[in-house]
Amino acid sequence: MTATELDTIAPQATGSPGGRPRSAAAAAKEGLSGRLASVIALVIAVLWTVPTFGLLVSSFRPEEDVKSNGWWNIFTDPAFTLKNYSDALNGGASGEGLSTNLINSIVITIPAVLIPISLATLAAYAFAWMDFRGRDVLFVAIFALQIVPIQVTLVPLLSLYVDPPFNLMPLAGRDAPAGGLYELWLSHTIFALPLAIYLLHNFMRQIPGELIESARVDGAAHVQIFSRIMLPLMMPAIAAFAIFQFLWVWNDLLVALVFSSPEVTPLTVQLVSLVGEKGQDWQLLASGAFISLAIPLVVFLTLQRYFVRGLLAGSVKG
Amino acid sequence: MRSRNMRRGLAAAAALASAGLVLASCASDDDGGSSEASGTWPGDGKSECSGLEQLADFGDLSGKSVSVYTSILPPEQEAQENSYKLFTTCTGASVKYEGSDQFETQLVVRVKANNAPDIAYIPQPGLLKTVVDSGQVVEAPSQVADNVDEFFGEDWKGYGTVDDTFYAAPLGASVKSFVWYSPSMFQKNGWEVPETWDDLMSLTGDIAATGIKPWCAGIESGDATGWPATDWLEDVLLRDAGPDVYDQWVNHDIAFNDDAVAEALDKVGAILKDPKYVNGGFGDVDSIATTAFQDAGQPILKDQCALHRMASFYAAQWPEGTKVTEDGDVFAFYLPVTNEDFGKPVLGAGEFVAAFDDRPEVAAFQTYLSTDVWANEKAKSTPGGGWVSANTGLDEANLSSPIDKLSAEIFQDPDATFRFDGSDQMPSAVGAGSFWKEMTAWVTGESTKDALTNIENSWPSS
Amino acid sequence: MSTSDKFVQMVIAVAIFYVVIGAILLLTQRLRSRAGERVQTAAFLGPSVLLICIGLLYPAIVTVWQSLHGASSFDPPWVGLDNYKKLFTDKQQLTVLRNTLLWVILTPIVSTGIGLVYAVLVDRIRFERIAKALMFLPIAISMVAASIIWKFVYAYRSGEADQIGLLNQILVWLHVDPYNFLLNDPWNTFFLIVILIWIQAGFAMTILSASIKAIPDDIVEAARLDGVGGWKMFRFITVPSIRPSLIVVLTTITIATLKVFDIVQTATGGNFNTSVLAYEFYRQNFIAGNQGIATAIAVVIFALVIPVVIYNIRQMRKLEAR
Repeated sequence: MTATELDTIAPQATGSPGGRPRSAAAAAKEGLSGRLASVIALVIAVLWTVPTFGLLVSSFRPEEDVKSNGWWNIFTDPAFTLKNYSDALNGGASGEGLSTNLINSIVITIPAVLIPISLATLAAYAFAWMDFRGRDVLFVAIFALQIVPIQVTLVPLLSLYVDPPFNLMPLAGRDAPAGGLYELWLSHTIFALPLAIYLLHNFMRQIPGELIESARVDGAAHVQIFSRIMLPLMMPAIAAFAIFQFLWVWNDLLVALVFSSPEVTPLTVQLVSLVGEKGQDWQLLASGAFISLAIPLVVFLTLQRYFVRGLLAGSVKG
Repeated sequence: MRSRNMRRGLAAAAALASAGLVLASCASDDDGGSSEASGTWPGDGKSECSGLEQLADFGDLSGKSVSVYTSILPPEQEAQENSYKLFTTCTGASVKYEGSDQFETQLVVRVKANNAPDIAYIPQPGLLKTVVDSGQVVEAPSQVADNVDEFFGEDWKGYGTVDDTFYAAPLGASVKSFVWYSPSMFQKNGWEVPETWDDLMSLTGDIAATGIKPWCAGIESGDATGWPATDWLEDVLLRDAGPDVYDQWVNHDIAFNDDAVAEALDKVGAILKDPKYVNGGFGDVDSIATTAFQDAGQPILKDQCALHRMASFYAAQWPEGTKVTEDGDVFAFYLPVTNEDFGKPVLGAGEFVAAFDDRPEVAAFQTYLSTDVWANEKAKSTPGGGWVSANTGLDEANLSSPIDKLSAEIFQDPDATFRFDGSDQMPSAVGAGSFWKEMTAWVTGESTKDALTNIENSWPSS
Repeated sequence: MSTSDKFVQMVIAVAIFYVVIGAILLLTQRLRSRAGERVQTAAFLGPSVLLICIGLLYPAIVTVWQSLHGASSFDPPWVGLDNYKKLFTDKQQLTVLRNTLLWVILTPIVSTGIGLVYAVLVDRIRFERIAKALMFLPIAISMVAASIIWKFVYAYRSGEADQIGLLNQILVWLHVDPYNFLLNDPWNTFFLIVILIWIQAGFAMTILSASIKAIPDDIVEAARLDGVGGWKMFRFITVPSIRPSLIVVLTTITIATLKVFDIVQTATGGNFNTSVLAYEFYRQNFIAGNQGIATAIAVVIFALVIPVVIYNIRQMRKLEAR
């Protein structure tokens, strides 16, 4: 908030010792805008949900209905089936159904969220609160590298995994350790870092410098400042980014297609292959999408509790 | 004191790290035993392995495994894997199957990164040439070449050959020259399956006169939008100008916009661009461009259109319970010829088995796939139908679905001249680029001349 | 590999990671000299910088190198700047550039705007969590599913047939002729942009909501006691307080928009004048097999980010200066 904007409010605030009760007019205005606000919020919520709702309805409709008329016909001509769900769940090529793929997705995603976030928080701290030469240049370079399309990195990275320099252990190929899990984790980490560093750095800059300065004067090391002051204050930002990183990895198709072996195929890849090579069974995607949606939604609802009002209270630069 | 603690911590970390790596390498150790190829083969004396004596050349392959990368997905994948059981019985080697809907792009990525599978089923001769250029594809073993000479036509062997070296034997095949229709609807209206192009056009007129749009079509297919229209043009050109002109056109020995091609495209346009004839159930001519090819034939079931030109694999698109037989709900007839001079040309497609390694188990698997034994085994493993091969050793009786039988009949018909889908053989800048795009633009209003000229201009110079 | 093997691998990998990072930090934390400061910086930054150099910088350099070479995937010949010449002389590329600009301008502004308004409106209401989950849904759905969702919205059938697309059904109910949303240039591009806005608004909403919650209560209360409410609160308290987050969200969505290709891919395949640079890159690289042109397009996309980078640097400087 800029100084002038603060001024427009501040004089009034100081001019009323003891806090003046709100006028009836002001309350009415708020009430009105409150009602209008509810309507706008409701409209947006409906617009955003209807397309997905259509898919949800479709996922319960029989195949020939899905292919021949719109999902709203369910209200005039109700025909429900769970067949799409049972087909999607049992239709895994391995014969084991989707449960194996679900486990693969979990095993791929958890480290691919924890590792980049930890690294990025450290790096963001360094960019925000450590002084070193070339800091700004390095930061801008990392920021700009976000634009590199993942597609151009696939071949160079895969070559490095198959044939690493300095006689390191190959992470891909016939003898890939853990069915290629290591290359998946590493790749997801790499692709997440620039955006994570950029986002977390910007949140970290909003924490007042005096906090860090006074801790430094008291003799605290960077590691202590980082773990005792920074981490708790950064929880909302870290949680927000964790949600997105979780989703991106969970829904990723490209990285999985290139780096995963059949042993560790995640849900997304399996769902796409359910549709068949000529796309004949795309109605299965509808049910598959909701099967795969369940876990990200749980994660969102869980991490949402970290967005608590006032966690940063008094510490944000005005 | 402090530093010692730290060192201990580091040592613990190192120990943990190496534990992880050891475990990692253990977990990946799935090659099992390392028995050398010996004189005897596991199939020796087993009755089910008769006809596969060639596999004895490769010895005992127990514990070995072959990785296969393909674009073939469920439910067909299951049938493929079941048909490999006999291979495992007779050689001891197992097959690791991986299917992907992004096969074409991912194969190139893997090959570039030196991470090629042992075997890939390549659905386009053009792609085969691209990966052969990498230098990593190995020549087909002599057993495979012998089998292909015995069981496949000269034309099929040619599509697996690059620069006079034979690399890849054909696997499955599909017929593209089909028109889907509803036998019951035809019977009800007294329509006859047409034998000549003129019959087809007068039937089209008759159907239009009843108020039903005769044709339905859709060329939307995501990235590949436009390909069904390229098949139309290829099919008509092959009939109109004959296989020789077709080959010259595919190899760019004549210009892409040659008069013969323009004439063929106008013949297609007489159907696809006539608002009286299309697009039943979907709308006007333009709607062809935005209708998914999977959806395009469905209005036949609701009597909203009568004819839909699409390959044999469209059989999989009919909803469960649809009777796909000559007297059922839907069936297909051979797209009639425009010109009696060239016999019975068939446009089709298929996959080819390319190997990136010459280990004995890989060569053995290639050999197995090129035999008549496998072709029949595969037919028996596909009770639902939807698979056919150009292998002349394939016994039609083993095919379960009427449409597959019809396809196999066409492949084995001595009058039939087979030609592979042309766009699959052209350089990908055309075959997977301008050809698709310009045909889409043509459907939505571009003139025949402009469309063909634009494609001609996009042909790579070298 | 069995399920338990996979979990064991996962736990080991995460444990190794934290033990190594923890050890590095503990080892370096007591170094207090000038050189020690540098070692500490390296400990914080080193792993990230190393990974980014291997995984992004090196491929980026390879890309620039490939853009000076010919089409073929294996051993392409040197062609100098020919690919770039081709890019900037082709008339179709002008349409692609026009579309890319439309995407890059509209998507960040509209989706951030909607996300912000929504975040403010549902803040502190009774059903806040559910309301937010609703707008969050689109990002949680994979792109493959999203393509089907929008097929059910835009699909076109003629008037007499049953509609599959919701919008055309609404037109039919209103006795208006159905409209082929994806076919008619240039409006089709706007309809495709709507899909990305639908996805990205949830991202904006989540980040901005977290920021709004971080506005200190005393500031809000002070303003409220002064009778500041509704629009004024939004304009003079909320927006200025979360300005840094707004810039972050706008920037992130801009970059994401420049990279998005799958919406165009699944909806139109780049036909009907809807293609954008990112899709042309994908198509040339993986479908048309023209590595030279593809990488040249990628380099043009890099170049397009430069204004965004400069804007961010200036904003950073402004913040530092305060």
